[in-house]
Amino acid sequence: MTLHIPTTEAQACAIVKSVIGSGTPLSLAGGNTRAGLGRTTQTQSTLSSAGLSGITIYEPAEMVIGARAGTPLALVQATLAERGQMLPFEPMDHRALLGTEGEPTIGAVAAGNISGPRRINAGAARDSLIGIRLVNGRGEAIKSGGRVMKNVTGLDLVKLVAGSHGTLGFLTEVIFRVLPAPERVVTLVWRGLSDETAVGLLSAALGSPFEPFAAAHLPEGIGADQARTLLRLENFSDSIDYRSRELIELLRLHGTPEMLEGAASGELWHDVRDARVFAGTEEAVWRLSVAPTDGPRATAAIAARLPGARWFYDWGGGLVWLAVPAGDDAAAGAIRAALKPLGGHATLVRAPAAIRAAVPVFEPLAEPLMRVTAGIKQSFDPAGIFEPGRMYAGI
Amino acid sequence: MSAIAFPVPDPTILARREQIIEGLSRLVAPAALITAEDERRPYETDALTAYRRLPLAVVLPSTTQEVAAVLKFCGEQGVPVVPRGAGTSLAGGAIPQEDAVVIGVSKMNRILAIDYANRVAKVQAGVTNLAVTGEVSAEGFFYAPDPSSQLACSIGGNIGMNSGGAHCLKYGVTTNNVLGVTLVMLDGSVVEIGGAHLDAPGLDLLGLIVGSEGQLGIVTEATVRILRSAEGARPVLFGFPTSEQAGEAVAAIIGAGIIPVAMEFMDKPAIEICEAFAHAGYPMDVEALLIIEVEGSDAEMDAQLARIVAIAREHGVKTVKESKSAMEAAAIWKGRKSAFGATGRIADYICMDGTIPTGQLPHVLRRMDEIVKGYGLRVANVFHAGDGNLHPLILYNCNDPVEAQKAEDAGMDILKLCVEVGGCLTGEHGVGIEKRDLMTFQFNPEDLAQQMRVRAVFDQAWLLNPAKVFPLEGRVAA
Ligand SMILES: Cc1cc2nc3c(=O)[nH]c(=O)nc-3n(C[C@H](O)[C@H](O)[C@@H](O)COP(=O)(O)OP(=O)(O)OC[C@H]3O[C@@H](n4cnc5c(N)ncnc54)[C@H](O)[C@@H]3O)c2cc1C
Ligand SMILES: Cc1cc2nc3c(=O)[nH]c(=O)nc-3n(C[C@H](O)[C@H](O)[C@H](O)COP(=O)(O)OP(=O)(O)OC[C@H]3O[C@@H](n4cnc5c(N)ncnc54)[C@H](O)[C@@H]3O)c2cc1C
Repeated sequence: MTLHIPTTEAQACAIVKSVIGSGTPLSLAGGNTRAGLGRTTQTQSTLSSAGLSGITIYEPAEMVIGARAGTPLALVQATLAERGQMLPFEPMDHRALLGTEGEPTIGAVAAGNISGPRRINAGAARDSLIGIRLVNGRGEAIKSGGRVMKNVTGLDLVKLVAGSHGTLGFLTEVIFRVLPAPERVVTLVWRGLSDETAVGLLSAALGSPFEPFAAAHLPEGIGADQARTLLRLENFSDSIDYRSRELIELLRLHGTPEMLEGAASGELWHDVRDARVFAGTEEAVWRLSVAPTDGPRATAAIAARLPGARWFYDWGGGLVWLAVPAGDDAAAGAIRAALKPLGGHATLVRAPAAIRAAVPVFEPLAEPLMRVTAGIKQSFDPAGIFEPGRMYAGI
Repeated sequence: MSAIAFPVPDPTILARREQIIEGLSRLVAPAALITAEDERRPYETDALTAYRRLPLAVVLPSTTQEVAAVLKFCGEQGVPVVPRGAGTSLAGGAIPQEDAVVIGVSKMNRILAIDYANRVAKVQAGVTNLAVTGEVSAEGFFYAPDPSSQLACSIGGNIGMNSGGAHCLKYGVTTNNVLGVTLVMLDGSVVEIGGAHLDAPGLDLLGLIVGSEGQLGIVTEATVRILRSAEGARPVLFGFPTSEQAGEAVAAIIGAGIIPVAMEFMDKPAIEICEAFAHAGYPMDVEALLIIEVEGSDAEMDAQLARIVAIAREHGVKTVKESKSAMEAAAIWKGRKSAFGATGRIADYICMDGTIPTGQLPHVLRRMDEIVKGYGLRVANVFHAGDGNLHPLILYNCNDPVEAQKAEDAGMDILKLCVEVGGCLTGEHGVGIEKRDLMTFQFNPEDLAQQMRVRAVFDQAWLLNPAKVFPLEGRVAA
């Protein structure tokens, strides 16, 4: 097991070039906190971004921040907080769910397109990622995008690399668009609603002019006895007063919600963001991406096949966090079959390595798309040295 | 600099014209195939009218299957294809070449489904941008990206160019508002990428396709996000004695944590041109005008405006004019959105589209003025101030070839300036043919080669919109 820790982009290029010759594939590592994500891969060497740290550019008035890939996410967030700003997409922290330690890095947030509850309103990490530098599998340092948010010059490789889980190249620097942090945040909590009613409530709220920034539902038994349906408002203080009043009126059919602020509100959303309710169990954990109103349909279909499944909803119903007995295959077949008629897809987030080696972790793609995916991998990494097989077998 | 080059038409394709047309006629209804010279003429250019090439033939399919059949045929025959929406590209993205077949999606203009609960609409690629909003506005919804050309331009073209608009400061550009596409690839295969759910599995192919300028395939359908409109919206005019002060006010507003839905800048020449056209009540005694739009309930708008006005006063604002009615609001936007058309009434112009870091604004405005004056021409500036996306309109007389060349040269100098200060060649109009030969200023050979290798995954033979985006020399296949 070799660990490469370049301290410059040029060194990273040299390491990659030397590896091409020897043909030994590389894992890419930031803080190792998401080490269990993706298919289980067999690599002898790791290329770490730990030596590439530090903010490279921060212009609050231009709402842009750039950092070397190994910069701790926490440092980026603290730097922004000092100037009253934040990353728009509320990246999740996988440590509790995966039982890992270490410091999440900003490069891995980009590589994994890692987004939290705010995604329903403000977009995913890929929507805020505006520039990257990366070492491709030929050992060349390339860039895409830049430091300005309006940019359509050439093919958008930024998007392609966001969420490629290290399979296309080793990121050395990432640049994000940022937003002002809201003056005030409140969470409205309705209790005792069924999944279907709750998702109806969330849809009505998200389709209202009052702009919820996060919308989740925790069914009965998930973190509390009673089911809880959550809407989060973020705004100037007087707007919060007005909008919460209007929303409660609009949704009066569902009773009067409790209103949480400060730590109570923050903790609740950390539970949702990090799927903490599934931390420390033996279950396999999936993320299902569906049209929001299909969320309850998907879980009903799955529950019919898999008694004992537990779940909750984020993104207004469009993201289902699902925990099932791990078994031999994390119930992959049953889950994907249940989703088939609805048109969404499932990603296996947590499971023992043997299962992640055996079942497709990411939704298998239709043939032409698989061919395109293989071609894109080849175009970045002809020798197949970066994280081979992490997303799809043979790619 | 000389005029933008087109590839020499392939004589073997020209020689086979009859045969190719015969082949096409077996794939689509007679009305969908345009071959007569006078009927092909409307397709010889787009909104970059200085360049024209008559295509070999034009096909206007009505279904995804027809698009697939035609693409497959062209792929097999080795005939270049130029995808076309409404032909409003300002970068020459839809300009054909003599040996190419234009595949236009304008007949595929239906809205297929609207799902308010999930806030998405499924539309055909030829539907106009404004028609989507038109369809859902009665329910209080809208489609967010709003290019000034929205009455004419198509969703397919918007996807091709990753178009933006005045309101993208808050709501994002096309790529942030498209959830899925039906894409026809060169071999005729039809793929669905994404859908009504938020994240598609695997690599973000959707993100790659948006903004790919018709080089990866033809989009025939799209699932787009529709959003609920705010309770109200109010544009306000802020007149400043200098451009610098206007620029500083923009930075201070963002610094105070306020993201208005739109912040549009006009300099004095632009104000004069637009006011003469739209009679929107723009102040005439200022050097720079900001149109700032806020949204929300009346009380919310009052509160936000009070904050913005206070900041503007700290930066020496001379006039503040609120729209008092829906009509006044519409007039304010009419002036801005017709800036290009209004300019076109007084002179020929070329519209540039670079982006700069907003902190560089005063420097760039000064340098642009020097550059254009250096060529003995005039410039009017309108742009999206919040995100630094500039639209200098360089005025010239198109009947004077020397002046036309000067205008083009001045434009290229301005785009190089944008790159020099840390920005980019194009913020929303795309590269097309217009900025193709400047790509090497922004990207080094490795950057470009990586993009071209990705392109080649979809189109090994470089048949899809082949003369666009990448310099004609040094092309990389795979
Ligand atoms: C002891 C040990 C056990 C392991 N067990 C597993 C396992 O069970 N399953 C498994 O799949 N892998 C396993 N790995 C490999 C591990 O996934 C890799 O070391 C690393 O890729 C994980 O990234 P991370 O968690 O450190 O980075 P994170 O910082 O959490 O990265 C998450 C994702 O981002 C990518 N990434 C991180 N930084 C960059 C960058 N700069 N550029 C591009 N992409 C980047 C990674 O490839 C990964 O896909 C193990 C490694 C070790 C050392
Ligand atoms: C007066 C005026 C104002 C404008 N204002 C703005 C503005 O505010 N913001 C802005 O961003 N742009 C603006 N534009 C530019 C232009 O309107 C946009 O680029 C628009 O998106 C082009 O759409 P279209 O349907 O006309 O596409 P076309 O011009 O026909 O094509 C544009 C590109 O997309 C490709 N393409 C078209 N359809 C498809 C398809 N179905 N599948 C794959 N590729 C396809 C073409 O090959 C071409 O490369 C303006 C243009 C004008 C003339």
